[in-house]
Amino acid sequence: MVVFDKPHALTDAPLHYCPGCTHGIVHRLVAEVIDELGIEGRTIGIAPVGCSVMSYDYFNCDMIEAAHGRAPAVATGVKRSDPENIVFTYQGDGDLASIGMAETVHSAARNENITIIFINNAIYGMTGGQMAPTSLPGQVTQTSPYGRDTAHCGFPIKVCELLSSLDGPEYLERVAVNNVKNVKNAKKAIKKAFENQVNGKGFSLVEVLSTCPTNWGMTPKRALEWIDEKMIPYYPLGVYKDRSAEK
Amino acid sequence: MAEKVLMKGNEAIAEAAILAGCRHYFGYPITPQTEIAAYMAKRMPKIGGTFLQAESEIAAINMVYGVSATGKRVMTSSSSPGISLKGEGLSYLAGADLPALVVNVQRGGPGLGGIQPSQSDYFQATKGGAHGDFHMLVLAPASVQEMAELTVKGFALADKYRMTAMILADGTMGQMMEPVSLDFAVGEAVEKPWATNGTKLSRPHNIINSLILKPERLEELNFERYERYAKIKETEVMYEEYMMEDAEICVVAFGIAARVSKNAINEARAKGIKVGLIRPITLWPFPEKAIAAAAEKVKKFISVELSMGQMIEDVRLAVNGKAPVTLCNRTGGMIPAPEQVLAAITEAAK
Repeated sequence: MVVFDKPHALTDAPLHYCPGCTHGIVHRLVAEVIDELGIEGRTIGIAPVGCSVMSYDYFNCDMIEAAHGRAPAVATGVKRSDPENIVFTYQGDGDLASIGMAETVHSAARNENITIIFINNAIYGMTGGQMAPTSLPGQVTQTSPYGRDTAHCGFPIKVCELLSSLDGPEYLERVAVNNVKNVKNAKKAIKKAFENQVNGKGFSLVEVLSTCPTNWGMTPKRALEWIDEKMIPYYPLGVYKDRSAEK
Repeated sequence: MAEKVLMKGNEAIAEAAILAGCRHYFGYPITPQTEIAAYMAKRMPKIGGTFLQAESEIAAINMVYGVSATGKRVMTSSSSPGISLKGEGLSYLAGADLPALVVNVQRGGPGLGGIQPSQSDYFQATKGGAHGDFHMLVLAPASVQEMAELTVKGFALADKYRMTAMILADGTMGQMMEPVSLDFAVGEAVEKPWATNGTKLSRPHNIINSLILKPERLEELNFERYERYAKIKETEVMYEEYMMEDAEICVVAFGIAARVSKNAINEARAKGIKVGLIRPITLWPFPEKAIAAAAEKVKKFISVELSMGQMIEDVRLAVNGKAPVTLCNRTGGMIPAPEQVLAAITEAAK
């Protein structure tokens, strides 16, 4: 009896992520949801620029690699080309909340019927640990070596809170993947975000608080704790918008 | 003979695109090409197509990237400053070998420049347009009829060679009204087995991508792309020759500059000056062989441009030192008058 198997929506390619990085968990959750909804054959994923740039090799569905920050615009094109297709983007904080902020806000405002998986690990991972739009006040990074000074470079952007001020989006939820309970909740949120699209409800974004042990300079275990201690207090978990539930 | 309708150049592009099977248009307002967007906004919803006003030129070209990835014909249009913003997307389209039609109804630059006609994006259009080793097919219409015909041709070439075709027009071409016949062959649809339109669980997943981390492989792909470009240079060059049989002076001009030059050439001929015109219709690939052939018999070349002299570099390369090449130009949104071109021809004839 098989009690644990790799989702069909994941390829056999070995992931390139660092030890303790939670991208692998989120990839798996997305793939499990694609399997459970039986949508792999009509799903098109959009990879970002950042650590998950090569996720096009990891998902078994058709994949498109977008320019930095442009995934929601590319997804808009793909979805408008054939609304029967299921389109998701998988983006990090630099991609989604910095260089691609306009694409993020406007696709949400249009209630574009797409699903966005937003990995917030408060740092630029691929380029080696620079300050992200979501880096916490005081957080030490390569480009904030004395800690993020909010008087100098401002405050982090809370994406779910920001987007929740718009009338457009259908569903916004922030989750974390630093313990079993949170992973289970994350799975539920991701599934809802895909189901919303299948049911034609519109723009659904799940912000996933994730780890970057390598660039945070922590052990994987310590990184998981750091999410509880530092990130969740600044980025509270929960549903920020659910228009269907409001009705 | 098909019935002709009176249309603006910009509208002719839009209607021709629809005839060519384009059902997706994304754009951002900018003068002097906004009629294309306005036309599409009216027409697309009525024929089951998509018109979407994007939040920026950058978003628009990336929406184009998305539709093109699914294998459908798609276009965007803009004017000079907007095309600069689209540069990122143009490079990604090239890297991912995706077909698209992009219209640049040029205005004066640099910077925000002006809103009057210009040809000063010639370098940008013909030498790549953004980062990396690549080219776009660049088509230069000189009439409203050609605005329509080259749009249809552009879609076909883009599909055939999996690359961007750019209509490089100018504000005059976009705004002028002329009778147009929209009765032309559209050609057969090209198979696109590479498209990311869902695996249907019946094939391995397709990947549209321009990230190639292994330099050996990236080099290989760039060489392959340039082999395609070499084939295009052999087979797709288009130009018009006017009164070149006995010409001793050759004017080289495209778009509105070519129309002005024809008037000047007619007047010069009336005065007994043997002058002709080579009008490049494809700016890339450039009609270098036609100009090189002319250089064997022509004594002088004049490049007439609405810029500080950009195409003249390609003319000089083709002439290869066999004859002097001079510039007759206006810029910043000004158009050379036939008298100015006639004066340049008269001077060359001395």
